[in-house]
Amino acid sequence: MKNQFDFEPGFEPERYELDAAPAYRFTLGRRTFFKSVGAGIVVALMVERALAQQESGRRRGGGGRTPQDIGAWLHIGEDGAVTGYTGKVEVGQNIRTSLAQAIAEELRVPVESVRMVMADTKLTPFDAGTFGSRTTPDMARRLRQVAAAARELLIDRAAEEWKVDRTTLSAENGSIVGKDGKKMGYGDLTKGQKLTQAVAENPPMRSPDKWDTAGKPARKANAHAFVSGQHKYTSDMKLPGMLYGKILRPPSFGATLVSVDTKAAEAMPGVVVVRDGEFAGVAALTEFAAANALKAFKAEWKSTEQQVSGKDVFDHFKKSARGGEGGRGSTKIGSMEEGLGAADVKLQQKYTVAYIAHAPLEPRAALAQWEGENLTVWTGTQRPFGVRGDLASAFRISEDKVRVIVPDTGSGYGGKHRVEAATEAARLAKAAGKPVKIVWTREEEMTWAYFRPGGLIEVSSGARKDGALTAWEFHNYNSGGSAIRPLYDIPNQVVQLHDTNTPLKQGSYRALASTANNFARETHMDELAHELKIEPLEFRLKNLKDARLRAVLQAAAKKFDWGGKPAKGHGVGIAGGSEKGGYVATAVELMIEGDRVKLLRAVTAFECGAIVNPDHLKSQVEGAVVMGIGGALREAIQFENGKILNPRFSRYQVPRFSDVPQLETVLLDRKDLPSAGAGESPIIAIAPAIGNAIFSACGIRLRSLPLAPDGVKV
Amino acid sequence: MANVTQLRVNGAKREVNAEDERSLLSVLRDDLELTGAKYGCGEGRCGACTVLIDGLPTRSCVTSVAKAATHDITTVENLERDGKLHPLQEAFIEAGAMQCGYCTCGMIMSAVALLRKTPRPSEEQIVEAMDGNICRCGIYSRIVAAIAKVAKGGVA
Repeated sequence: MKNQFDFEPGFEPERYELDAAPAYRFTLGRRTFFKSVGAGIVVALMVERALAQQESGRRRGGGGRTPQDIGAWLHIGEDGAVTGYTGKVEVGQNIRTSLAQAIAEELRVPVESVRMVMADTKLTPFDAGTFGSRTTPDMARRLRQVAAAARELLIDRAAEEWKVDRTTLSAENGSIVGKDGKKMGYGDLTKGQKLTQAVAENPPMRSPDKWDTAGKPARKANAHAFVSGQHKYTSDMKLPGMLYGKILRPPSFGATLVSVDTKAAEAMPGVVVVRDGEFAGVAALTEFAAANALKAFKAEWKSTEQQVSGKDVFDHFKKSARGGEGGRGSTKIGSMEEGLGAADVKLQQKYTVAYIAHAPLEPRAALAQWEGENLTVWTGTQRPFGVRGDLASAFRISEDKVRVIVPDTGSGYGGKHRVEAATEAARLAKAAGKPVKIVWTREEEMTWAYFRPGGLIEVSSGARKDGALTAWEFHNYNSGGSAIRPLYDIPNQVVQLHDTNTPLKQGSYRALASTANNFARETHMDELAHELKIEPLEFRLKNLKDARLRAVLQAAAKKFDWGGKPAKGHGVGIAGGSEKGGYVATAVELMIEGDRVKLLRAVTAFECGAIVNPDHLKSQVEGAVVMGIGGALREAIQFENGKILNPRFSRYQVPRFSDVPQLETVLLDRKDLPSAGAGESPIIAIAPAIGNAIFSACGIRLRSLPLAPDGVKV
Repeated sequence: MANVTQLRVNGAKREVNAEDERSLLSVLRDDLELTGAKYGCGEGRCGACTVLIDGLPTRSCVTSVAKAATHDITTVENLERDGKLHPLQEAFIEAGAMQCGYCTCGMIMSAVALLRKTPRPSEEQIVEAMDGNICRCGIYSRIVAAIAKVAKGGVA
């Protein structure tokens, strides 16, 4: 069964991923569209629901509206310019480049001639959001289909024009070419046309092994603008007359505004003050002036009762737990009683993971402009259509009056689904009658955004002397259900997810809860192996039939030269796992210098089906591993009674150059399998591999992420 | 409280009217529209705001405009000459040494300063000199490779 997000069976989106606008909608009429792009041809790909409607003979669209379920579309202008439209956003995955390559491949044009219009709710088709690693498997395929259909349409046009059999024609380098040498550029073929075509069937496409453009190393689209400082992120944008906004924040979570005296701020030149319920903010000619005006507010707050603090949060998870047996994500196989009865070795352990921050280098930012009733907001979000919905509901206007545009953004990692800065800027802009930009400070970003959930995981297991697992009970409190089920073959299992009352705002993070579940599972497996006195890799393989996970474990081990004795004072660790269709194993070598964990080498083997672009893939794998080092060793949000204690880079230590070990990446190419996305899953094996290596180095078993925020006391 | 009225930026005198204690970063970005230097942390810990002051890499987010007023300020916008990118800019593109690109300009400015001082740095020297710059996307190894390539080529 396909769900609304077009996930492959077996993928279970987290609850926070589902926090997206449910209805597909597309409101741009044909006439409006040609007005905005000029004449030429437009080919639109319709996704499943529209196809079903067509087949059942129901009238679709109507009243000048285009069909509702458009997945992607493509425009070829009279000058031959090719423009692809997608609702996906560029946050550093380099999909502006790879999607242009996908189009160029099937349209047979140079990649430089393809421009992508992305994430503009007025111009691009609805998209639920850029998350869940779906761009490469879904959107790239859709754009290839659209491009192939456009190519076939151009061949039809040329055949008609020249009155020849279409099978004698081919598409090459931006032209349709006949056997007799006749040639016509795409632009000439589209002259004077206002052709629209909806693609329903699958046009002929090249198989990946025949690609000559897609999947090849390519310069990042607009690379020149990024290295020269010309690219305009939202935070760089400026409009005539624009003011800078600042928002009054509560002193702690849940505090309510009793009163605020804004007279002093209002008296400042050029300052606009807005007070609307709990919302209070200022807009001024400079950011400095806005900050000064905000400082002049005299606010009185009422704090809520005592809130749960970081030191008590894991007990709190347990106490406030809901769900469990029969609940979301729960599995029961066989009988734990029997499984433990058959075990020679039994082990019970608790693992914890801290709340951590995405800390995208570009904090939340938005620029809002009203023109009468119409609102345009530029902002960095992974859910432009979701933000459009948030804005429409905040201002009680219909969504067609709101346009959200996402400039290529300073990263997200799952952390920019909801962007409150958009609403804040729009509220100030409405009062000021001028465009207003808000850029959150680092402290705001790390306090008022949301976090990767913290979690408590309890594992109870049993195994026979020969190493066969007999029982596995796994309870996750709070962090989520991604990759909660083991891929190991265990005859008796109980796996349960328990929701809790989280004291902090939590949401998506790269690879979701699989970072937590895989950490607990792969640490526990290492502990069991140690108890059983079986070599940890051998123990894993003994209990693992899944060929794909076996393959990455073996590939990482081979490259690492696993099995040798580590140098004196060094430790080695290995871990594997799977999430979102990607399979990953990481082997780590490290040493303890004083009390500091020094990573020396990390070898990661990764497989996500057929490789689309080896260079981008390697970059994503390395980036994910490096990000994972932060969560593994040091990153933790500290909080106390509704306050974040370390919302800045001087107190929240993300990985730096000196933290990066020698990185080696092995990519397994499974041309026989569909491509899965790869921006997330390579992050999940590094933390348990490091923990296992620390144990190997010094015999200390660490069961909490981060493992060594203050070093290891040997 | 006086205002700063003039800055020397990228070899030219620029008129401004900025309160003394404003950050150099905000004046460059908001008043002079030189937005290559980015805000990342506001405490000099991420390097996204790096510019050169008298040739030295400086965190413009923690430098007051008054302090910078009597010095030569160089921003990333000044690296490209006659339509030709600086070798480090080229090398970053060639090595694929950026994902979201938000840290890139700060990285390049820190690297420019490094290679001016130490034209042939060892890998350890590169890591040491660049350690104040954060790339949250984590592609540090490609950045090191890009810098090392330029250093070997003897340009920059």
